[in-house]
Amino acid sequence: MAIQVLIEKCNGCSLCVKACPFDAIRILDKKAKIDSNKCTLCGACVSVCKFKAIISERPISTCQTPNIQDYHGVWVFIEQKKGKVQPVSYELLGKARELADKLGCQVSGVLIGNELEKELNELIWRGADNIYLVEAKELAHFQDESYTKILVKLIQKYKPEILLCGATAIGRSLISRVAINIMAGLTADCTGLDIDPQKKILLQTRPAFGGNIMATIISPNYRPQMATVRHKVMQPLLRDEKRKGKIIREAFDEETYRCRTKLLDVVEEVTSLVNLAEADIIVSGGRGMGKAENFKLLEELAQVLGAAVGASRAAVDAGWMPYSHQVGQTGRTVAPKIYFACGISGQIQHLVGMSSSKIIVAINKDPEAPIFKVATYGIVGDLFQVIPVLTQRFKEVLRK
Amino acid sequence: MHIIVCIKQVPETTEVKINPETNTLIREGVKSIINPFDMYAIEEGIRLKEKFTGKVTVISMGPPQAEAALREAVAMGADEAILICDRAYAGSDTWATSYTLASAIRKIGSYDLILCGKQASDGDTAQVGPGISAHLDIPQVTYVKKIEEVKGSVMRVERMTEEGYEVVETPLPALFTVVKEINEPRIPSLRGMMRAKSAKIVVWSQKELQLDPKNIGLCGSPTQVVKIFTPPQRTGGQILHGEVDEVARKLVELLKDEVI
Repeated sequence: MAIQVLIEKCNGCSLCVKACPFDAIRILDKKAKIDSNKCTLCGACVSVCKFKAIISERPISTCQTPNIQDYHGVWVFIEQKKGKVQPVSYELLGKARELADKLGCQVSGVLIGNELEKELNELIWRGADNIYLVEAKELAHFQDESYTKILVKLIQKYKPEILLCGATAIGRSLISRVAINIMAGLTADCTGLDIDPQKKILLQTRPAFGGNIMATIISPNYRPQMATVRHKVMQPLLRDEKRKGKIIREAFDEETYRCRTKLLDVVEEVTSLVNLAEADIIVSGGRGMGKAENFKLLEELAQVLGAAVGASRAAVDAGWMPYSHQVGQTGRTVAPKIYFACGISGQIQHLVGMSSSKIIVAINKDPEAPIFKVATYGIVGDLFQVIPVLTQRFKEVLRK
Repeated sequence: MHIIVCIKQVPETTEVKINPETNTLIREGVKSIINPFDMYAIEEGIRLKEKFTGKVTVISMGPPQAEAALREAVAMGADEAILICDRAYAGSDTWATSYTLASAIRKIGSYDLILCGKQASDGDTAQVGPGISAHLDIPQVTYVKKIEEVKGSVMRVERMTEEGYEVVETPLPALFTVVKEINEPRIPSLRGMMRAKSAKIVVWSQKELQLDPKNIGLCGSPTQVVKIFTPPQRTGGQILHGEVDEVARKLVELLKDEVI
């Protein structure tokens, strides 16, 4: 049994019952009882018990990364598309710099692609000490297998202690495969990363259960400690053109580049001027928009603000906007500086996709709509009247 | 064609509510459902079977009550269902989970395609799908929004990206994770539901799978949770009152610094 209640210490206070995310604990005869069919050994009850009455005995891991002490440095997988480094990579370099300074080690970027020379300086100016560069014609565009093999080989050769990667379509696909191949711990969508000052290990904090609970996760026995982070969560460093760095070019044999999948085409859908995940401002519409044509109103406002247009599930299901614009649990999770929710009632599934936005503006006819509970600024009114005036006002302000 | 669909039972999140006094989750009466993204995987598997003949096997790793999720998949049209269930697998992170599922798939034997939802709505990691293909060393395509063409043992699919999509061709066997755009899951027919009621759900425990103890459960999980806490709840701010012109002016004034 990996988790147990020490009967003599338990006084039946029921703190653990409330903390259990799986409803696996009951108080029977003033003692906590754990239902082993429901318990997932997550440990929430252990940390909440004030009487140290619940202990979790983690089996002593026979396997850990061999020569764990040889692993040094913080790495960032640098994501590029069409030879251009993606903003999330600069954000991660900023965080990596902070972590490396706490550990007293270097920051390195891994850049895989073709003809990337022009991107190198910027990466160094934004915090990298070293760039591991792998270039080949076949690598111009991301492919799961070849990128995985290259990253695995580099990790085995240089042994970083931490590896960060964007939680993007590319990053999530690649890094999950890498983690399996090298048997490392991987934590998705971290919103906080820090170093434990005593143990010098990575503390990875992420939302769980739709953002209702936060969990801090560690991988103390395995290296590298790997984490993905979404767009806009971390801050890039200001560019410092005096920074110096080293370029380490790595060549691989063709066998390493080989990939069973074949990329035939890359199609860009120009339904939106700005990529939703990277947008600083998002103007979203929901059921209250009434019909597809009315999204024009939002597009006009978005154009003035340089914003992306989003939609709730209701608007997408009605066929007013394509799925690629959907924000929420079954769509994209976004965290812009400003999120306009227009005619969106604010169902929990929508809220989990946008509630980490810095400022939320809600425009809705219904004063009881749940969206107002999370909105920084709310306007109770008819969006068809409010939005055109708002667009006009912003136009005037921004022209000055 | 033999299609294996991996599914997970999750709490229905629409009913997750926070108790404002204690700041904890209210779970009473929360129903368990099939992870919404896995519904698209089940549907796609059944469609492929209907088009090319063959069978669909659904597998799930979880507690005994996850059997209900497998029955629902059978009601939709899956042919066989396997529940991977043992206390020895409790506490698995995504590494150990994908190892366990991959090992079960090996035991099933030959297959052409593995389908998974893009992620689970409770964990949101999107790691188990690619993890399974890494353990099995087969090609993967994530975020598949359309299967364009099946030609012999090659499939051409569309993979969703931030900007649009990519067209990718892959030999089989392969693993796809699918997104909502791929289809509209069917409602089980009455006949399907009757069939599901009496369907045999095969249960594989550690006795059947005989997995290396150091790769399963807590021991096979590189990550561990050290702390769980409730984040500060976001509270509502300011409601702007007045005529349309007035509220618009107020709002623009408040947002001016952020916009410029």
